[in-house]
Amino acid sequence: MALLQISEPGQSTRPHEHRLAVGIDLGTTNSLVATVRSGKADTLPDEQQRHLLPSVVRYQADQPPLVGEEARRAATEDPLNTISSVKRYMGRGLQDIKNLTNRHAYEFADTDSNVPRFHTAMGDVTPVEVSSEILKVLKQRAEKSLGGELAGVVITVPAYFDDAQRQATKDAAKLAGLNVFRLLNEPTAAAVAYGLDKSAEGIIAVYDLGGGTFDISILRLNKGVFEVLATAGDSALGGDDFDRAIATWIMQQAGINDDADHHQLRRLMHEACAAKEALTEAERTTLKIELEDGSVWQGELDRERMHQLIDPLIQKTLLPCRRALRDAGISADEVQAVVMVGGSTRVPRVREKVGEAFKQEPLVDINPDTVVAIGAAIQADVLAGNKPDDEMLLLDVIPLSLGLETMGGLVEKIIPRNTTIPVARAQDFTTFKDGQTAMTIHVLQGERELVSDCRSLGRFTLHGIPAMVAGAARIRVSFQVDADGLLSVTAREETTGVQSGIEVKPSYGLTDSEIETMLRDSIEHAEDDVAARKLLEQQVEADRVLEALAVALAQDRALLSEAERTQIERAASRLQVKRDGKDHLAIKAAIEELDKTASDFVARRMDSSIRKALAGHKVEEFAGEEK
Amino acid sequence: MTLTQNHFELFGFPVDFDIDQQQLSERYRELQRNLHPDRYANAPDQEHRLAVQRAAQVNEAFQTLKSPLQRARYLLQLKGFDIDAEKETHQDAEFLMQQIELREALAEVQTAADPLDALSGIMQSIRESQAGLIAELQKRFAAKDEVDHLETRQVVQKMQFFSRLQQQAEEIEEQLVDAL
Repeated sequence: MALLQISEPGQSTRPHEHRLAVGIDLGTTNSLVATVRSGKADTLPDEQQRHLLPSVVRYQADQPPLVGEEARRAATEDPLNTISSVKRYMGRGLQDIKNLTNRHAYEFADTDSNVPRFHTAMGDVTPVEVSSEILKVLKQRAEKSLGGELAGVVITVPAYFDDAQRQATKDAAKLAGLNVFRLLNEPTAAAVAYGLDKSAEGIIAVYDLGGGTFDISILRLNKGVFEVLATAGDSALGGDDFDRAIATWIMQQAGINDDADHHQLRRLMHEACAAKEALTEAERTTLKIELEDGSVWQGELDRERMHQLIDPLIQKTLLPCRRALRDAGISADEVQAVVMVGGSTRVPRVREKVGEAFKQEPLVDINPDTVVAIGAAIQADVLAGNKPDDEMLLLDVIPLSLGLETMGGLVEKIIPRNTTIPVARAQDFTTFKDGQTAMTIHVLQGERELVSDCRSLGRFTLHGIPAMVAGAARIRVSFQVDADGLLSVTAREETTGVQSGIEVKPSYGLTDSEIETMLRDSIEHAEDDVAARKLLEQQVEADRVLEALAVALAQDRALLSEAERTQIERAASRLQVKRDGKDHLAIKAAIEELDKTASDFVARRMDSSIRKALAGHKVEEFAGEEK
Repeated sequence: MTLTQNHFELFGFPVDFDIDQQQLSERYRELQRNLHPDRYANAPDQEHRLAVQRAAQVNEAFQTLKSPLQRARYLLQLKGFDIDAEKETHQDAEFLMQQIELREALAEVQTAADPLDALSGIMQSIRESQAGLIAELQKRFAAKDEVDHLETRQVVQKMQFFSRLQQQAEEIEEQLVDAL
């Protein structure tokens, strides 16, 4: 007997062609790209068989930027034009950066913008642009070795990244011409790779100490569902800080002044990092530094001394561990495995201290450098639709509470930290002046009570509030955090139903128009045509909408009346006509018109699939009772 | 599922205080497997946006149904009895005394000989009181059509008080542990 084929909602009934998708670990020190081929996830090497791409970009006048190992090697000879650890600057303001560390390796351009700009031989560049250069290289590497254009990517970010840092990462991907399926939290990606590899179930902790960021996530693994119970961390703490602590000590020993030049500082960091790595195996190591007067200072560093230098930093990672356990409502002995991720977990002292905190030996048998990229690749493969029967589901949380500024510089929390995303909350506001037609809402992220102690995400100005007497308007502002952990805000005056326009002024991000300009500039460099690209984008979206609609009509014709169907079909054929034309704005308008016409149908379909899900569940429970 | 559906209906449960937590978690996972925006990564933008909204609604409903306090509040709200935290109706004298004593004990924790030990005693007492109130709510809601909503609301308000106290106690614990 022939079996009926029933497809998942939103997926095509046509035989599925394998779509190219990759996972990208955009790290502070190194970046990686991985993909799933023949059911197996692997990282992709470059032509010289190197898998790790150092996250270093060198800018020289009149030359394309140099990315990776070649740039890293130039770091000491050309420090000001060679940007490393750019991840630390993503989504941050100039003042934040000055607070992060007092000794700075770069020169920043003087601008009135809150976004820092590195001053280089090629001009001033933002952290978003620097990151996009790294992404472009990984994109080329992937497309070359997979032999085609990428349908989409999953890019990992530290779980503790705030909204601004996430948005900056997404902007960098956009500049690199990547379609982002999802921003995925690094510990969650690691949990996916680990969980699937070991068929693990139960509670696990992922301790992720990278070059510049630290995350701890507590997850429950249950039949393909990866549920994050709590996450905590420090988005400005990592192995770089170990190096810096060691470098500072060397400076004291060697009598090097704080005002040493950029070359000297880079050499010191290099030497410190090498010493740290040597002490993974050895008990002691010798240090050699060439001083400015040409003489050579020689010294020795042993494990005990290094522990004194880095213990306070390791201690700073253990507080978030305790907080995450507390927030998850889990005690250390309920944790079945502690998975160590990130290059800095190679330091034996880190393993020792984490073992003490969780009262068990942490797991170190997975490769801490590649596990995040592998997990991202697995998720990308699922999101591309290459595994339609896959049951995998990732439920993540928002790492920091979201709040609003209220009277007296206080913050009122609207979404507490560790709430499962997506999440939406509404809050009602009113006007305090007669005839008031606009108001500004200041959105913050953080746990503290005072506005000055939290991180400002942006100011949302509502326009077009109908003029009424003070206190009569009821403006419902809805805050929504999507699966990427990104916030969006909409507002509506409830008594009149008028939708308010919202103007967003990000505190530490680039505006849409700045991104647009950068995009245009970069496309011009590639001698591409803006209009052609926009047309192609709209055509792709039109095809997607029309294809999905055809599938929907074939499956759920019964959910529509004759008249409704005719209306939808008419809107669809109008879109088809525009799609074959050359006007991208007309296509966009036709998509919007079809969306509007079909919106009830889309909602009905989703509801019916939910009813089926619950009905199927009841059958299972019933079957369970019969056993 | 529509925006007018209540949290119980959304999960296919009768509108009742008693809920099988195991079933609740299973249905939650089943709903998210069908609704999570990741299932619509290739769908047109409109469907993807709708999935984000619905998944958020399911998350909200799940959080409400999971917590006895929030579930009770929600049940009363469905019956038209809103709990306004600002306007607490007056409670019996015994409860007021207990309230004052616990607040004072909490304020004195920092100066105790063993603050963490003192705190864990208070937290234990809060947990016991909460368990007692949950049992009382169970009994009251079991009366079905004859639930005295006004009296039930007083119980819920007591629970809100303990919930806030517990939050404060946890914050103090966090400070104490971090200072170790």
